[in-house]
Amino acid sequence: MTFDIPFILSTLPAFLNAVGVTLQVGLIAIATSLLVALVNATLLVLRTPYLSRLVKGYVELARNTPLLIQLFFVYFALPSVGLKISGFTAAIITMTFMGGAYLTEVLRAGVEAVPRAQLESGRSIGLSEGQLLRHVILPQASILSLPALFANFIFLLKETTVVSAVAVPEILYTTKNYIALYYKTYEMLAVLTLLCVLLFLPLSLLLRYLERRLQHGQFGA
Amino acid sequence: MASSAPELLWVSLPQLASGAAQTLAISALGMLFATLGGVLYGVLATLGNRGLNIVLQVYLELFRAIPVLVWLYLVFFGLPIFFGVSIPSFWCAVLVLGLWGASEIGEVVRGALRSLPRGQREAGLSIGLSGWQLYGYVLLPQALKRMTPPTINLYTRIIKTSSLAVLIGVVEVIKAGQQIIERTYESVLIYGALFLFFFIICYPLSAASRVLERRWAHS
Amino acid sequence: MSALIEFQGFNKFFGEQQVLKDVDLKVQAGEVLVVLGPSGCGKSTLLRCLNGLEQAHSGHLRLDGQELLDPRTDWRQVRQRVGMVFQSYHLFGHMSVIDNLLLGPLKVQKRERAEAQAQAEALLARVGLLDKRDAYPRQLSGGQQQRIAIVRSLCMNPEVMLFDEVTAALDPEMVKEVLQVIQGLARDGMTLLIVTHEMAFARAVADRIVFMEAGRVLEQSEPESFFTRPQTARAQQFLEKFSFVESLPKTLHKELS
Repeated sequence: MTFDIPFILSTLPAFLNAVGVTLQVGLIAIATSLLVALVNATLLVLRTPYLSRLVKGYVELARNTPLLIQLFFVYFALPSVGLKISGFTAAIITMTFMGGAYLTEVLRAGVEAVPRAQLESGRSIGLSEGQLLRHVILPQASILSLPALFANFIFLLKETTVVSAVAVPEILYTTKNYIALYYKTYEMLAVLTLLCVLLFLPLSLLLRYLERRLQHGQFGA
Repeated sequence: MASSAPELLWVSLPQLASGAAQTLAISALGMLFATLGGVLYGVLATLGNRGLNIVLQVYLELFRAIPVLVWLYLVFFGLPIFFGVSIPSFWCAVLVLGLWGASEIGEVVRGALRSLPRGQREAGLSIGLSGWQLYGYVLLPQALKRMTPPTINLYTRIIKTSSLAVLIGVVEVIKAGQQIIERTYESVLIYGALFLFFFIICYPLSAASRVLERRWAHS
Repeated sequence: MSALIEFQGFNKFFGEQQVLKDVDLKVQAGEVLVVLGPSGCGKSTLLRCLNGLEQAHSGHLRLDGQELLDPRTDWRQVRQRVGMVFQSYHLFGHMSVIDNLLLGPLKVQKRERAEAQAQAEALLARVGLLDKRDAYPRQLSGGQQQRIAIVRSLCMNPEVMLFDEVTAALDPEMVKEVLQVIQGLARDGMTLLIVTHEMAFARAVADRIVFMEAGRVLEQSEPESFFTRPQTARAQQFLEKFSFVESLPKTLHKELS
């Protein structure tokens, strides 16, 4: 079993680009999911009658269906009703749809984890519900949610590999491409594995460290 | 194309059903092996053997650092090269789901066992129970309630992840749907149906997990 | 008469810290030994070495002449001969009382169910808890659970029983019912090693008091002499904390102050 090192080196620029795409898709998805989740969480906390139920329904729908199906639906099915979108766009939309649901759950659990005693003492010093939300609930919920949020961010980054199914040139797609073109399966799989370990292992260890520092339980995903 | 939606679905049913059977088979086998492997992992991880713990940790981190889809490709493309064996993609999927699921369920089992009071172990040992008996009669039964809700959640994850098998060529429910779409062009309907299919299977499990967690919530 | 249990030159470390130093101790069959001493003196560790929950580092530990500090020791066998009761009783919460009692006899000793059950029920009756036969631990008080924990160990027919601060976690009104059970065992001639802070009980039930501090055995004597005329200053200081000072002759006060 010999490694064709020169070949591997020749593919490095492409892989570097692929890592860039992975990060692009991942980071955009994280940002948009977080936005969606913040809106949802606010709606849930404020208990708006109709919208809260809508949010809950959305969360259940997005969390109980596979990313791949959601992706295919957006990419293949929507064009038939006139919307033609690129793989990249479909990926972002889908990952936001799924990521938003997961992060909504994390934030909701974070809010619920704020001890009741905090709310009671806040009210008893005369804070309004809005002030209570801003000064007591949100700060504490944010800290409580941090480990789970970070865990879900890592999850979203890893799920970018699924969007290779709609030809987004991230690391898995690039690997498959090279294997199909040059048959250097062994070398390409090794590069892919190495990239995954380099990208995701440090994040996983960072999460472990973060959890230990904050010493709170995990919830959400 | 004058078929109405329900008519189309009705006609496609056999094909979809056969695909669905594959999806469910992959999922069920994956869940089975993941559960067996997970319990083994959890027991091994609480024996206090440092060497064993390192091995288990490496195994866990490998499956956490490398996404499941990548693992599917590694096994599907890599197995023929590394070991000279070529196994059908169906079993590649079962293998990967089983191994990945075992690491996740294993962590749940490990956490549940560690949350039991240490005295249970000592009391069991003091009446002369062997290691097997200690885990079988005392520790695992008491850890069961704590393990079950998270494990059910992992089952839904396994079922959803089984959908990735289509990408290594398994003719499961998504592939069946795509074949129908090729003939009929009814992509919204079919993908919608697939959407619903997974939802109908996974939602009851998620809901059950929540109910059980609430009901069994003691200290 | 050779001792049933013998510690000789016994040493144990927790990492850097030495918790048992050169312990020499003999226990005769049928003797009731009470080990006293300040927290952290190693008395619990001593007990736990006897049934293998802790491993010692050097020295000798013999049970009926058999050396236990041997890699080949079958601790499962030893544990059937040396029963232990813990401060937090640790009954198996997912099993009923009778199942708790039968687990050892049926699964470890492979005895006949009828015989084991008869013994379990007889012992339950003896501690006055036969009516709780099918109850679950969470339905019982601490004192009841502890008495059942004692019965659980007795069902294994041990030669020696170890009691590790078994009343320390109980509400005061339940302490007596547990101590009475132990007293009954002592009267029956069973070999007991007891770690406790209940001084009046120690005085009443012990054949010998062993006083430990910082991992060493400082003093061994009959209960009456220990409580009225302790031989060492450390023992004296220890006892003062339990308001036994009144029972000491006034002259001893002056000598020590």
